[in-house]
Amino acid sequence: MAIRERLSGNEAIATAMKQINPDVVAAFPITPSTEVPQYFSTFVADGAVDTEFVAVESEHSALSACVGASAAGGRTMTATSANGLALMWEVLYIASSLRLPIILACVNRTLSGPLNIHNDHSDSMGARDSGWIQIYSENNQEAYDNMLMASRIAEHPDVLLPVMVCQDGFITSHAIENIDLVEDSKVKDFVGEYVPDMYLLNKENPIAVGPLDHFTHCFEHKRQQAEAMKIAKKVILQVSEEFSRLTGRNYSLFEEYMTQDAEVVTVVLNSTAGTAKYVVDQLRAQGKKVGLIKPRVFRPFPVDELATALSRFKAVAVMDKAESFNAAGGPLYTDITSALYSKGVFGPKLVNYIYGLGGRDVKADDIEFVYNQLLEITGTGKVDSVFNYLGVRE
Amino acid sequence: MAYNLKEEAKKPERLSGGHRMCAGCGAPVVVRTILRALKPEDHAVIGAATGCLEVSTFLYPYTAWQDSFIHNAFENVGASISGAEAAYAAMKRRGKLEGETKFIAFGGDGGTYDIGLQSLSGAMERGHDMLYVCYDNGAYMNTGIQRSSATPKYADTTTSPAGKKIPGKQQWRKDLTEIMVEHHLPYVAQTAAIGNMKDLHEKSEKALYTKGPTFMNVLAPCPRGWQYNTPDLMDINKLAVETCFWPLYEVIDGKYVVNYKPKNKLPVKEFLKPQNRFKHIFKPGNEYMLEEIQEETDKRWEHLLKLAGE
Repeated sequence: MAIRERLSGNEAIATAMKQINPDVVAAFPITPSTEVPQYFSTFVADGAVDTEFVAVESEHSALSACVGASAAGGRTMTATSANGLALMWEVLYIASSLRLPIILACVNRTLSGPLNIHNDHSDSMGARDSGWIQIYSENNQEAYDNMLMASRIAEHPDVLLPVMVCQDGFITSHAIENIDLVEDSKVKDFVGEYVPDMYLLNKENPIAVGPLDHFTHCFEHKRQQAEAMKIAKKVILQVSEEFSRLTGRNYSLFEEYMTQDAEVVTVVLNSTAGTAKYVVDQLRAQGKKVGLIKPRVFRPFPVDELATALSRFKAVAVMDKAESFNAAGGPLYTDITSALYSKGVFGPKLVNYIYGLGGRDVKADDIEFVYNQLLEITGTGKVDSVFNYLGVRE
Repeated sequence: MAYNLKEEAKKPERLSGGHRMCAGCGAPVVVRTILRALKPEDHAVIGAATGCLEVSTFLYPYTAWQDSFIHNAFENVGASISGAEAAYAAMKRRGKLEGETKFIAFGGDGGTYDIGLQSLSGAMERGHDMLYVCYDNGAYMNTGIQRSSATPKYADTTTSPAGKKIPGKQQWRKDLTEIMVEHHLPYVAQTAAIGNMKDLHEKSEKALYTKGPTFMNVLAPCPRGWQYNTPDLMDINKLAVETCFWPLYEVIDGKYVVNYKPKNKLPVKEFLKPQNRFKHIFKPGNEYMLEEIQEETDKRWEHLLKLAGE
């Protein structure tokens, strides 16, 4: 029987970590992810887990210690936000190139500057090409579920890549919601023991990790890493399928909401998808054919699947809670337009909305405005403005 | 059993020959001597900061390390090895591992005094059971001899060149060994590869087999950066000690022991003379530089003796 609970998103992450009981957790406090190591260190102090908790002196050292621990053969986790993730930057790339299945709970927060503790996606979006698998979560339940699935994906022998489980800072990390927890024993069976093939602590077969890798081999190693990211897509689907059999909760690369006969959709990540679903329901009640696509897996980017899904619609608004400062749209938008072009999908009119930067509240009215704009586009067949900002004073 | 270099040298090398460190470099001598202090039955997880030691001993697909080895980045060998040690503690507790594994982090002075100081300090403060070794060659040698906070005053480096107006580095060396003593570690030592390596060997043994975080600062001359004749490595090491530029001492649970007091303390110029990085200070009109260095060396030596209650 599933356990009914009421937990914040951070508690949900920490609870998943408790149930997994990893070998090592190394973390440094930063708002809004601080509660994750806080809760977890309480579990350690109370003997609820027998993990080594390493209270490092910076996020750079947090991920560096994770690299050491994971290479040594331990199941390893950390949590961070914003500037903490930025301080890890160098090591993010090293962790993925060393093919270490580290799990990072990223509680999305605006990356400085200016200093701002509230939610947008500028932190994890900046790390989108660091070689980490990125999974986004709409609510506490999804954050918990994604965290349970993360180790299985990361540690799969054909993948061996680190995984970042993202959720919105404060909006879900600090909001208490109902949640269904999986029983400890079932989590244990689902996640399983971590048995690495090669690891530093295997004295029978010592290994060397992190070489100087010249042009004679470096390219091949990068190519293998890229292949692992490709394979990850299949593995994510397999693991999600297995998780669905365990819990009845279905996960895919992205979620489609009310899309079957939809003419227009928004594409939106994390908690704003919840607001958008509410708006879709309202507009549907008025007979408007609107829907929603919520990407769950952003890395690997589901090019084929998204292009196929989006090809059915007349107009699409891609919502970005991060600015690329490229004068050409947010990161989700450029990836989606590139996917459509490369798959020869030229039907839907595409627009981009940058929204909610620095934690600016996004209300149902704002989302409704976007849908109305899309419906207008389908009426006129004309796009006046491709790149737009939602809810900013100009 | 009393230390015997001949016997020690019979042990299988844990850093194989064939690596690409320069002839006359102090670092591999230091590393091999430290690794000989490991019990043969003990496994080691060894980390190195980015630097000469790392790039010359582990070029894909070759490694010179017989034990497990990890390189992460420049500034984080302290944190990386602390993570490996944490995994060891957890996995050992869960019955997944048998036997003893020792943890050693190697960093040059750039990776230790400067960019890696925070990572080192954190690892030591957290009390991981590991030995951190700084092989101090007094500059960023791997990137081409740039000044570090370990570079001696007036040394000519590529970022503190001895120019027409400014005669080399303008600052005194940071005293890293003392910084580590102030971490109140169970064992801190400063040593060098001299004579039959007894001092370095015995300190390594103590550092490796003292429970908790331990630190050794080891002089490791660099023939490229210091510009000495490569066969003179061991003479340079000896002169550093005989002039008290690099005193041999250890601090055991806070208690200072000066391991070697020269009967006839040599003037520091004997150490500086064979190194061309100091050649400008021997030019007429620059005598004041030598005087200053001598004065500072004496001051630091006297201070150390005082700390040791001598």
